[in-house]
Amino acid sequence: MNNTGSAIARDNDGKNTFKFLLSELKPKGKILTPFNIISLPIMLLGFGIIVFRFWKGLGSVTNLTQEVPWGLWIGFDVVTGVAFAGGAYVLTFMVYILNIKKYHSIVRVTVLNGFLAYLFYAGALLLDLGRPWNVINPIIGNSFGVSSVLFLVAWHFLLYMIAQLIEFSPAIAEWLGAKRARKILSAMTVGAVIFGITLSTLHQSGLGALYLMAKDKIHPLWYTEFIPILFFVSSIFAGLSMVIFEGSITYKVFSDQISNKDHKGHDSIIIGLSKICAVAMFAYFFLQIVVFVHGKKWQMIDSPMGYWYLTEILGFVILPMMMFYYSYTMGSVKVARIAAIITMIGIIINRLNVTIIGFRWDEAVRYVPSWMEFVVTLTVIFTELWIFRWVINRMPVLREAPSWAKEQH
Amino acid sequence: MALNRRTFFKALGVTGVTLAVGKQSASGNSAKNNTEFFGVLYDSTRCVGCQTCEVSCAEANGLNPPTDTPEAGKVRKTTDKYRTVVNAYQTDNGEVYVKTQCMHCNEPACAAACLTQAMYKTHEGAVIWRGKKCMGCRYCMVSCPFDAPKFEYFSSNPKIEKCTMCYERTQEGKLPACVENCPAEAMMYGPRRELIKEARKRIVENPGIYVDHIYGEHEAGGTGWLYLSGVPFEKAGFNTGIQTKSYPELSKGFLYSVPTIFILWPAILLGIREGSRNNNENEESNE
Repeated sequence: MNNTGSAIARDNDGKNTFKFLLSELKPKGKILTPFNIISLPIMLLGFGIIVFRFWKGLGSVTNLTQEVPWGLWIGFDVVTGVAFAGGAYVLTFMVYILNIKKYHSIVRVTVLNGFLAYLFYAGALLLDLGRPWNVINPIIGNSFGVSSVLFLVAWHFLLYMIAQLIEFSPAIAEWLGAKRARKILSAMTVGAVIFGITLSTLHQSGLGALYLMAKDKIHPLWYTEFIPILFFVSSIFAGLSMVIFEGSITYKVFSDQISNKDHKGHDSIIIGLSKICAVAMFAYFFLQIVVFVHGKKWQMIDSPMGYWYLTEILGFVILPMMMFYYSYTMGSVKVARIAAIITMIGIIINRLNVTIIGFRWDEAVRYVPSWMEFVVTLTVIFTELWIFRWVINRMPVLREAPSWAKEQH
Repeated sequence: MALNRRTFFKALGVTGVTLAVGKQSASGNSAKNNTEFFGVLYDSTRCVGCQTCEVSCAEANGLNPPTDTPEAGKVRKTTDKYRTVVNAYQTDNGEVYVKTQCMHCNEPACAAACLTQAMYKTHEGAVIWRGKKCMGCRYCMVSCPFDAPKFEYFSSNPKIEKCTMCYERTQEGKLPACVENCPAEAMMYGPRRELIKEARKRIVENPGIYVDHIYGEHEAGGTGWLYLSGVPFEKAGFNTGIQTKSYPELSKGFLYSVPTIFILWPAILLGIREGSRNNNENEESNE
């Protein structure tokens, strides 16, 4: 980080950079947009709840119990959120490893999304920690719990965030006009990508592996020793569905930033991603079938949880899989978008089934998140979107890189 | 390109060393352990449900004495305020009392789950919690098959509460508070192996009184607390669905795959990248 800083200072006049940063901090565009009007009060309320939570303890704002110690903030914010952030490693794999240039125009925005997602979901993790001042213990110090899956996940979050920051850093350098820094940073991209894909494979599956020891607590339809593999494979289409969904929105909201060429290319990108989603979902479906048959789970189907399981598999895996296939063969962007939304709902259902709905399903008093837990979750999402918008409006993420940056290639 | 590959391999090397050293120190812990684990044998046929253990536990650990009493049909649970509770069960043999607390597993799921080694299996056998290391993630609670660790939800400086088998007292040569004060002598503290021998002896010498099973001998890979009962264990509130393999065994396969992926993945990815680079133009026209 220090290196980067000094490189920028050398390329620019130090004073100018400071002035430039100050001017960039000011808001751009209209202030009273519908999004701001909805998100601001929720965020203010959320920040209040967070203060209260650190003052009075977790129990004062959450419905967590001694039996269900992980609730919405882990099950949704962290476990589901990270699955949605999987698009970054899939896209960097396609662009930098398979050299498929077609997807190059959406790499930056996807990596930015991934980075912010990790930043904020790791942040959500801090809110859930009872003793957050000890959070550095597994990183420094002499107490490495190497036998812990969570140790692995924590380290991977940290390292992956650094890798993603490196992947994204050329955009920051272009924004600051730091030519030499950009050259150095973009030379590091491939290394960061390879490291990042490796880390992603391990922590996407690691999030599932967290629940391996809770064998007696998770409903047997969702507990399997293959949870890590299922989590990893589903993160591929979860991430890509997010890319399709998010792309459809950003290409509308920030349409002034996007060149004509990119606008035209975007439809073909979505169709291409649909194909990958369909294939990944078929692999996932096949794995689910193997797990189901192998685990002799037939007799569990005729129960409320069994019907719920069928809903998840039929309605939120097979249906969107067919739709993705259809959108690919027919070239229908609209169907792909609907399929992406169904897939995302399905991923939320699947992750919550493992972490909350199927967790302690036989307990007399079930955990239901409190309204304050929902508000804090929304606050995390909205804050992320605010930062996302701030970056998009300033750095060359969607819009073309400055001409000097192109010459460097 | 050359620079970036070099830095990349450097990073890979550092990670590899970290992983290798990490594994070594983990196995070092168990190799150092020449002493035998201590545990407690609890004989529920002797327990009269007087709650002296609860009171003495509260006294020894600076907690509040219990406010309710064991009653058949009502399940009392340990909480962040009570480290041990006695429950009553109506069975064919009349009312039976069973004390619950942390089981002090031989291979505790909580300690394997802990990413800071705050939950720690001591060489003496007690599983203790070390507040200076704990970050309050509650993964120990998610993992423990007995739900032993409890969290102070209403504190800004929350602790994990659970039985520590009076680790500090036993270090001073004293008995755990509950064992020392039990008027019915339902509990016995000692090396686990001796306790199992004693339990077997009681079962053999008193036919008809005990169920022929020592709960905790094999459950969850073996626990520090061992139970004898006069009625089938499932009738006395025990979770008999506990597997006999240790719980950390469940995530071992995943953890062992980590170094493999860390070494194979970057190599494979670099290979694919080199391979696809030459076909660059072809790729573009294909897609």
